[in-house]
Amino acid sequence: MINTALVSWKAFGPIIPEMFLVCIGLFLIGLDVFSPKRRELLPWLTVIGCLAALVMVAGEKNIVGFGGMIIADSYASFFKIICLLGVILAALMSEHFRRTEGLKQGEYYSLMIFSAVGMLLMASAGDLMVLYLGLELMALSIYCLVGLPRNDGRSAEAAMKYLLMGGFASAILLYGISLVYGLTGTTDIAQIAKYTVTGNLLENPALLAGLGLMIAAFCFKVAIAPFHFWTPDVYEGAPTAITAFMSVGPKAAGFAVFGRVLFTGFPQFHDQWGILLSSLALLTMAIGNITALSQTSIKRMLAYSAVAHAGYSLLGVLSGTAEGLSATMTYLLTYGFMNMGAFAILVLLASPGNRRESLEDYKGLAKTNPMAAFLMLIFMFSLTGIPPTAGFIGKFYLLKAALGAGYTMTVIGLVVFSSISAFFYLRVVRYMYMSDPQENIALDFTPGISAVLGIALLGVLGIGLLPGSVIGQAATALLGQ
Amino acid sequence: MSVPLLSALIFFPIIGGFSLLIVKREDVQAIKTMALIISLMEFVLSIPLFFMFDKTTYLMQFTEHHSWIPAFHINYSLGVDGISVLFILLSTLVTILAILVSWEAIQTKVLEFFLSILFLEGVMIGVFCATDIFLFYIFWEVMLIPMFLIIGIWGGPNRIYATIKFFLYTLVGSLLMLVGIIALYMKGGHTFDVIELAKHSYSIKFQMWLFWAFFAAFAVKVPMWPVHTWLPDAHTEAPAAGSVILAAILIKMGAYGFLRFSMPILPQATQAMMGPMIVLSLIGIIYGAIICLAQTDLKRLIAYSSVSHMGFITLGIYSMNTQSIEGGILQMINHGVVTGALFLCIGMVYERTHTRAIKDYGGLASTMPIFGSFFLLFTMAAIGLPATNGFIGEFLVLLGSFIHKPWTAFFAATGLILGAWYMLWLYQRIFFNPINKKVVGLPELTTREVLTLVPMVGLVFWIGLYPDAMLSFMHVSVEHLISQVQGSMDAAQHVAAVISH
Repeated sequence: MINTALVSWKAFGPIIPEMFLVCIGLFLIGLDVFSPKRRELLPWLTVIGCLAALVMVAGEKNIVGFGGMIIADSYASFFKIICLLGVILAALMSEHFRRTEGLKQGEYYSLMIFSAVGMLLMASAGDLMVLYLGLELMALSIYCLVGLPRNDGRSAEAAMKYLLMGGFASAILLYGISLVYGLTGTTDIAQIAKYTVTGNLLENPALLAGLGLMIAAFCFKVAIAPFHFWTPDVYEGAPTAITAFMSVGPKAAGFAVFGRVLFTGFPQFHDQWGILLSSLALLTMAIGNITALSQTSIKRMLAYSAVAHAGYSLLGVLSGTAEGLSATMTYLLTYGFMNMGAFAILVLLASPGNRRESLEDYKGLAKTNPMAAFLMLIFMFSLTGIPPTAGFIGKFYLLKAALGAGYTMTVIGLVVFSSISAFFYLRVVRYMYMSDPQENIALDFTPGISAVLGIALLGVLGIGLLPGSVIGQAATALLGQ
Repeated sequence: MSVPLLSALIFFPIIGGFSLLIVKREDVQAIKTMALIISLMEFVLSIPLFFMFDKTTYLMQFTEHHSWIPAFHINYSLGVDGISVLFILLSTLVTILAILVSWEAIQTKVLEFFLSILFLEGVMIGVFCATDIFLFYIFWEVMLIPMFLIIGIWGGPNRIYATIKFFLYTLVGSLLMLVGIIALYMKGGHTFDVIELAKHSYSIKFQMWLFWAFFAAFAVKVPMWPVHTWLPDAHTEAPAAGSVILAAILIKMGAYGFLRFSMPILPQATQAMMGPMIVLSLIGIIYGAIICLAQTDLKRLIAYSSVSHMGFITLGIYSMNTQSIEGGILQMINHGVVTGALFLCIGMVYERTHTRAIKDYGGLASTMPIFGSFFLLFTMAAIGLPATNGFIGEFLVLLGSFIHKPWTAFFAATGLILGAWYMLWLYQRIFFNPINKKVVGLPELTTREVLTLVPMVGLVFWIGLYPDAMLSFMHVSVEHLISQVQGSMDAAQHVAAVISH
């Protein structure tokens, strides 16, 4: 028997946005099943639902619930905002994308929302179990989304690969969690830090192994080398709108748990994980940027670029300072805008039967569609990190944080590799502006895709020119930590 | 100063450039006219700088100050002193000429071209105005975007290679400087303000690291030997307007960077590195000049002569006395005028012949006599004939370097002799010699083209006959700069002397 006096509605305070999103997701399934004619409404309802959740999340003020299992602090809410923005932009993009791809399934949007619920839980997880649940909810929904175009061999392959590799990573994570739990006797992240000190575990190799396994699993989720091998294939095979979604939401959620676990659970081990992550970051930047140089498919190039950017973002986490973490947060937000913008152009260029994913397809775009080419130019310069775009501000903040923490060599690495990255980002610009068009592509600026491009442009230039408020938000979000 | 003149100078051409978008894409004439009017208005707007500038103080003038990113103490601060003010005027003038010389040369994507040029103008002025090192960096990097497009879209046959090379060279240098800037921020009391940063004293080891970080950015831009190799390609492949802006303004920013940032902020490292910098400059002077003698491409020759001339400028700067630094700054303007004018000339003749190979010319003096006279004048100025501006600048640099170390003046003078050799030989091959059939019947300069060159002629003689018109701007600022560098050295020697006792 449940004692009703103990169940107070207030207890659900920290997960109201999640619960709300679950309701929206279920409602969308219902609408899809019982009123198939209204399917055009689905993307818009998704957007409205996520916007409402966004407002709720933004209003959250440091509530801890369920005995510390859920921490809805401003740190979590910053990441939640990135994830929800990712869903909103991806849904708007899908509104256009589904016309060209002929994806009819209604569960598309509900899966997207369920994965968002998973990300939100990850962001506010105060306990390793909640973290794991959120991660699985997110991952399972995305496996389905990747494989949704059932008749497309590439998608099926990508989904299969992602499922197998993801399952493997989950197992590694669980193994790490069980080691940590076995030694500290708790899954509460904040308590772990306490017990490692009181229980004299600072030198314990098994605990280090547990931490290492957890880091490996997180690295898998955010595509840090050498756990990045799934990224290019999955990114290439997944429907483009989902690829865009994956490059923003899950990555932000992954970094949210990265920060939470390392900063709250294992701050005493910074000497170890700082060095480990800085070498991984260097490796990731090297592999991502150098491999991207030789790609001929723009989608695959952006996949490797996503790997490289994960390496950049890691710079803030590995510095182990509050400034570093807020640099990572800022970077993920800016990356969200610029990458979504670039993918929106990919979606825009695709037409039924011709996906135009080859770099060659961008030849002469400036002549046939100056508007689309100009937007792509801005996104590419932002990904390179040239001012006055958001990409520069994000990189600057990361450099500053990592340099402040004394990781000079890693910083130099970032500088060198981001110069290399200029080469392949600029290749797109070069093809668009400095080659002759091969075909006359008629572009269809539907409301959905125009909205994505508008928001992305606003984000990229807004953060680039007036970064004060975003950086301020990211910095204050950590004061509660 | 209540009117934000410098902000207006920065943003007027940028906004003006984007306002071209309201004109119909096909209406090329309207786009060109509008761009020209914007650049003329910008020039008029910049004239008050010349007349209202207070030459009696080294302090920043026309200052503006707004908080921009409070979390990092980054401010939107602008100001000019005697070192930077003339470059703003040069930028506004050169942009007009660049637009004029592109009138017929640019046939494709006309709107984008003039938008890029005007955008570039605003950003260049921003580089010279910024007194916050972060803001400076922003302008410095933004400049890459329009220049990348100008070379890559409207350039010659090998333009893609040239523009990527240009972009990557400058990007690597700039990013290393960015790391240096952040390190400076951390050691220098968490500020990006140039004046404040210069007041701090840093350990000599730290200064050396920073010196090389800044060197990476500035030396590439100058360009100093051995990181000059992007320049010949970029110059050769860029359209005429691109070459002119590159030669007249862009590469001056490297030398400006040394003067504005490296020297006052890192005085001891500057003192310590004077020798190597002078040696690199001398190598640049002689190497550039010798390479010029072997060139078969008209534009490439002038590009290498830029390497040689820029060597003079860095030699002047690092000889570290009033004459040499003032000579260096004046030579920056002179080189902008003269080489800018030479690129204008080449652009005009290229429009007619569509070849840059020297062997395709010959006897041009008889087919295009007016053009020949203009080119001769600029050739003489480039060689440094008395009464032209080149003479004053080179004389001051030589004088200053002789005061510092006589042997440096000896090597620098060798560069002058070689300079006369390759320029006169070039003139002979193009304008005299038997008439090449490719140049037979070429039309003489049009009124528009003559009007484009006349301002440069005016500047050549104005500076040549009355250099104090320009030098008077610099005196106080240069004195202050030298006292900043030397003062800290004296203090350091004093400390060292006290410690050793």
